[in-house]
Amino acid sequence: MRGLVFERNLPRFAAARVAASLAGSGRGIGVSPLRLTDLDAPELPGPGWARVRPLLAGICGSDLSTIDGRSSRYFEDIVSFPFVPGHEVVGVVEEPAAQGGPDAGTRIVVEPVLGCVARGIDPPCAACAAGHTGGCERVAFGHLAPGLQIGFCADTGGGWSAAGLVAHVSQLHPVPDALSDEDAVMVEPTACAVHAALAAGVVPGETVAVLGAGTLGLTFLAALRHLTRPGTVLAGAKHPHQRRLAAELGADVVVEPDQLTRAVRLRSRSLEASGGLTGGADVVVDCVGSAESLTECLGMVRPRGRLVLVGMPGTLRVDLAPLWHREVQLVGAYAYGTERTENGTRRTFDIAMEVVGRYELGGLVSAAYPVERFEEALAHAGAAGRRGSVKVVFDLRPKRRSRNGAAPGRVEEAIR
Amino acid sequence: MSPRPGFMLEVDRSTPPTLFWHGEGFHLERLPEGSRVLYGPEPLEALADPVSAIRRALFEPLGDSAPLPELLRPGMRLTIAFDDVSLPLPPMRRPDVRQLVIEQVLDVAAEAGVDDVVLIAALALHRRMTDAELRHALGDRIYEAFAPHGLLRQHDAEEPAALVLLGETDQGETVEISRRAAESDLLVYVNINLVPMDGGHKSVATGLASYRSLRHHHNARTMQHSRSFMDQEHSELHSSNWRMGRFIAASGVKVFQIETTLNTDTFPEQFRFLQRREWEWTARDRAAFVASSSALARTPPRVARTIFHAIRSPHRMTSVQAGEVEAVHARTTANVYAQQLVEVDGQTDVLTMGLPYICPYNVNSIMNPILVACLGLGYFFNMYRGRPLVRQGGVVIMSHPTPWAFSPVHHPSYIDFFEQVLSETTDPLEVGKFEESFATDPWYVHLYRTGHAYHGVHPFYMWYWCAHALEHLGGVIVVGGDRAAVRRLGFTPASTMADALEMATDVVGPGPSITHLHAPPLVMADVR
Repeated sequence: MRGLVFERNLPRFAAARVAASLAGSGRGIGVSPLRLTDLDAPELPGPGWARVRPLLAGICGSDLSTIDGRSSRYFEDIVSFPFVPGHEVVGVVEEPAAQGGPDAGTRIVVEPVLGCVARGIDPPCAACAAGHTGGCERVAFGHLAPGLQIGFCADTGGGWSAAGLVAHVSQLHPVPDALSDEDAVMVEPTACAVHAALAAGVVPGETVAVLGAGTLGLTFLAALRHLTRPGTVLAGAKHPHQRRLAAELGADVVVEPDQLTRAVRLRSRSLEASGGLTGGADVVVDCVGSAESLTECLGMVRPRGRLVLVGMPGTLRVDLAPLWHREVQLVGAYAYGTERTENGTRRTFDIAMEVVGRYELGGLVSAAYPVERFEEALAHAGAAGRRGSVKVVFDLRPKRRSRNGAAPGRVEEAIR
Repeated sequence: MSPRPGFMLEVDRSTPPTLFWHGEGFHLERLPEGSRVLYGPEPLEALADPVSAIRRALFEPLGDSAPLPELLRPGMRLTIAFDDVSLPLPPMRRPDVRQLVIEQVLDVAAEAGVDDVVLIAALALHRRMTDAELRHALGDRIYEAFAPHGLLRQHDAEEPAALVLLGETDQGETVEISRRAAESDLLVYVNINLVPMDGGHKSVATGLASYRSLRHHHNARTMQHSRSFMDQEHSELHSSNWRMGRFIAASGVKVFQIETTLNTDTFPEQFRFLQRREWEWTARDRAAFVASSSALARTPPRVARTIFHAIRSPHRMTSVQAGEVEAVHARTTANVYAQQLVEVDGQTDVLTMGLPYICPYNVNSIMNPILVACLGLGYFFNMYRGRPLVRQGGVVIMSHPTPWAFSPVHHPSYIDFFEQVLSETTDPLEVGKFEESFATDPWYVHLYRTGHAYHGVHPFYMWYWCAHALEHLGGVIVVGGDRAAVRRLGFTPASTMADALEMATDVVGPGPSITHLHAPPLVMADVR
């Protein structure tokens, strides 16, 4: 079965980094450690595990970062090689777990975090015990190879392969019939957004500024509107389609990214000093994760405000003097688990399905490619904004694929 | 030979192409046969001895005012207010009219033993002038005598201690002006009346007022009822200012008004062809046109802007009158009309205009899209008496590059207005809902008071200036403009004048009448 594998190969990793920096994200595939090959289905690690055949698997910013050689060395010990990428997965249960879980043929989305339960660690770490599997302290331990998620672990397989993947029953979420495959593949990124929206701790009426309107920025806006009662929501979006979508998903004010500080200043009636605002938004959300974006966000958050880092950063050079001087809380927001909401404690994925359904987030899936055309797919994903797209996915539904490779159904945009 | 009056040319087969301004450049357009081109009168004869004329005006005032020397006495407080950098356009060669007039006023004051004298640049909500601009307007001698001692000031409409509330007119209009001006024994106001809108009671009631006073007449409704604001008799803008001016006088503020008019000798020798009629261009004019237009086409916009803003106009004074405000202004207006007014027979379906690089609010700065709209639909559209030059439901075609560019120093609130207000609505009545927040924004207030920024509310005023035109017209087309910026303004972009004329027929029907406003130099239509 054809699939994509990412191997440990430092020279190719370095070459990909150079190529991506010269030609753009997703353009260094030819020299990167990612290759298309024939793969066997991964072994089931235990009786609580099921085999899943992917239908659609998304290309995430963190995948691109890894392939471009831009990811932080922080992750070195919590991934294992070779791994099959792909952690945004909607699939069907091909072989159910021996000990419960969904039946064969059930359409599911995968919650990819490999926490203590999946790793067979008992008792679980404090984070997992509290339901916050995203913060699991044992992602490099237990009976599985290290890997913070399916898609970064040598033992589980991943979504970018027709050979499928294995997942613990605790990671499987049946998909309601009302959600299409395109909706379902958006559940995982939306779960990240749900977690971030709640981590932001928005008090009703607070001003929220969101920088970046790719998949994370847009799903964050939807989650923010669904779960909190902010005052004015401002969004900085680079491309026209992103601005349109940001407005549709709940931003009150949508501007180009370099105008976001101006827009926040106007709403907060702030003055300016030292390259930033003297006041600013109550909550600023960085959905980009670059040094420039973080610097800009630090310049527009009010003293004692919160800056939520949603976009995955790497090694950044940022002046943190304003963070210190203005006593800004810098909040990281990664993954999901369980959330405390007004309606009690709920799985993040359950909330995410609600958000995806209500805001029809499957509409953000802009193009679908077969894995054989992975170079085109990754180049497209790396230039999604410029090409008028949001989410690019791999389509592993062989019988439903159209002649040009685009997925049918709600994927409206042809491959450009 | 006396200067020739203005006239309306009808384009025929033998008519050479017509000059259109296009920002920091110009080009020739061949208008369809039968089109009309409105040319202003040639520059009037300048006063042979302006200093003597000024002294005569001071000593032989109009209306019920006493001669200036009789209004002066030792120990009194004298304030001399003067028009700011927005006048004249382009800035004139030294000596500036303000310098000539104020030097004479100061001489008379010195002869009378007056030593408490303060000069105030009447900015209203305009940007503060730079030291260089003040020197240019007043001359080195005045600048050196007053500026180092803090006696050369710029009106600050946001300093409560520098303002005084005089009360309200019978229409409930708040009248709040400069405290120094109001509490002086005599306020002398020195005007440059470039267009008929300038001067009269508007000088003090606007130039030295606060936002809460200005908002009574600087709003969309007032501008929609000013038809036009260049025609005092039919201008609600002026009615409001006149009520306030009379209220100021009734409050005991003694104003001695000095108004001056300039001829339309607008451009220096190397650009003289810009104010000549095309069929009268000499070989030298044609060579100058070809050389300058081809050079400008290869010049980066920023450099071209610097070149044009360095132009110092050879404008010269054609009249000066002083005394009681209304008597002075009546004479001034007649003199402005003598230079600019041209009788026009009937309206037109399509009015074309080439917009230059400068308007009152971007001297030494960028002509941003809002100012392009204001110059075309505010100033040029309103250069009429009687009826608008273009009919109700007609189309205005403006030629200007309309760059999506702003000066963050001079126009910070314009950027937000363009990005966040015009993106929501271009209706002058609707934009008003954002006015208060811009007007009271502490950052804009800070920049207005300490930097060289126009007040936060100023872009709203520019948009209100367009209100009458926007209500009257069926469409506005911009030729050669940044398409996104033009669309943000709510107008339609066109690549060429031919395309624009074709597009206009969608609004006004086939075979439209076309009239071109050949300005600058300034011309005003008296439409019958």
